[in-house]
Amino acid sequence: MNVLVLVKQIPDPNNPYQLANNRLKRDGGQNVLDPGDEFGVEAALQLTEANGGEVTVVSMGPESAMEAIRRALSMGAHKGVLISDDSLQGADALVTARVLAAAIKKTGFDLVIAGVESTDGSTGTVPGAIAELLGVPLASFAKHLEIKDTTLHIQRQTEKGYDDVESPLPAVLTVTAGVNEPRYPTFKGIMQAKSKPVEQLKVGDLGLSADEAKATQTVNEVTPAPARGAGEKFEDDGTGAAKVADFLKEAKVI
Amino acid sequence: MAKIWVYGDPAQDSTGFKTTLEILTKARSLGGEVEAVVFGPGATEAAKAFGEHGATKVFAGDDAAFADTIGTVAATALHQLVQENQPNIILFPMSYDARDVASRLSAKTGSTLMSNATDFTGADGAKTAIFGGAQIVDVKFDGPDPKLVLIRPKSFDAEPSGGTAEVVSVSAPTVEGAKVVERHEQAASGPKLEDASVIVSGGRGLQDPSNFKLLEDLAALIPGAAVGATRAVVDAGWVPYAMQIGQTGKTVKPKVYIAVGISGATQHIVGMKSSDRIVAINKDAEAPIFQLADLGIVGDALKVVPKLTEEVKARKG
Repeated sequence: MNVLVLVKQIPDPNNPYQLANNRLKRDGGQNVLDPGDEFGVEAALQLTEANGGEVTVVSMGPESAMEAIRRALSMGAHKGVLISDDSLQGADALVTARVLAAAIKKTGFDLVIAGVESTDGSTGTVPGAIAELLGVPLASFAKHLEIKDTTLHIQRQTEKGYDDVESPLPAVLTVTAGVNEPRYPTFKGIMQAKSKPVEQLKVGDLGLSADEAKATQTVNEVTPAPARGAGEKFEDDGTGAAKVADFLKEAKVI
Repeated sequence: MAKIWVYGDPAQDSTGFKTTLEILTKARSLGGEVEAVVFGPGATEAAKAFGEHGATKVFAGDDAAFADTIGTVAATALHQLVQENQPNIILFPMSYDARDVASRLSAKTGSTLMSNATDFTGADGAKTAIFGGAQIVDVKFDGPDPKLVLIRPKSFDAEPSGGTAEVVSVSAPTVEGAKVVERHEQAASGPKLEDASVIVSGGRGLQDPSNFKLLEDLAALIPGAAVGATRAVVDAGWVPYAMQIGQTGKTVKPKVYIAVGISGATQHIVGMKSSDRIVAINKDAEAPIFQLADLGIVGDALKVVPKLTEEVKARKG
């Protein structure tokens, strides 16, 4: 089985994000494989370990996104595809989906796995657009998954609980955090990752027109939100609970 | 004048299409032509409330196939309606199902799609909050109509205007897709998080799932209070997803939000920052949650909360 995992390199979410030219600053600081994508990589590894096949990691981003691909390769993925092109700076969700869908078609797939949304952008609309462009079903928000014969079975998280959902393959699947426990790369895995093949592509290699790769959103301006008034902070000296209770009384909720 | 469409998602709005009514109220205030689309069981019934909130026409499809097929049936029907009626912009609630429909429609029409909007300014622009609400980004749209915008719940207040909508019935096209074969609903007790006047919410700082009992004991004493949680503890399996507040969970706006053992990750903050008042109890004095809190107690939640429960009892007499 040919499983593709979409991954993204993001600024380390443990550090405060910064803007440069009204876009998220992606260079200069520490960058990491989006923690949400590790669940997708783990899901792909478990599926191919059970059913045979290969895991290919696909990413669109700056040249430095190679590090995120290597991280996934060190977890056990077999090969990678990196689409890096200056013309894609500032790409929106639809452009990103077009680029990734074209790369996925070129590579071939039985199943495409992604996180439900990136940790930095949180749009959550790239996988659905990719499914549409590929003409396959989207099985989204999986908190549990398995493949029986050629059918994908997931538990899809909902507002009220979960739904059992079935999809034929090929398909696009999005996984929530909590679907599995991602493995840590072993030392051997890290060494092997260095020699695993990564194909590097430009927009021109994907047969997309300049128009299709052009973002349809631009930022007019970024302004600070009205700040909340600074509150009071106390070290608990045994009276903390009483202070909170007084506060609740004053707010007339008790 | 712009033709604005508002999309209703029955799966999200189990409490009466709240987010859709909020968006309709805002759309109406812009003075364009406002119409709505709603798919799934209960669609036609919902049209009355949509009319009262400003929709002059509602395209309603009651077929269960809309709700039972992930994205494809609704997106195909919506695409058909778009071609026939040519709206300039479609506003969706930021929900699981609406996201899957909007993203597919975007690929079909080549239209721009923006997520997590907190305001919209007309047919060619919208605003979103980033960095946990610290910065507001004003975005301009280009490309073909309809522009597609997913809007966070509770971005506006819903107010009826007393109109009536013409209902246009829509049938479900036959399209393949991932299918729901069985639904599982987790039983919930007490007020819904979206409606609670007070929320006591717990994070990793509670250290163990059993300590959520401390929050339940406190909430039980406060009228209209409910217990919430962060994504971290939901992912860890401590409490059900229905309790999750934040980017990928519920958006809440209670009179008082009590954050217990919650550090204040952006993911969580976007779901609760609009609360009237915020109390934080956390042992890490540097936790970002304190920047939002009207009252912050730096201390051990496991000690402060049981004592707080006693103090509340005493004040209630």
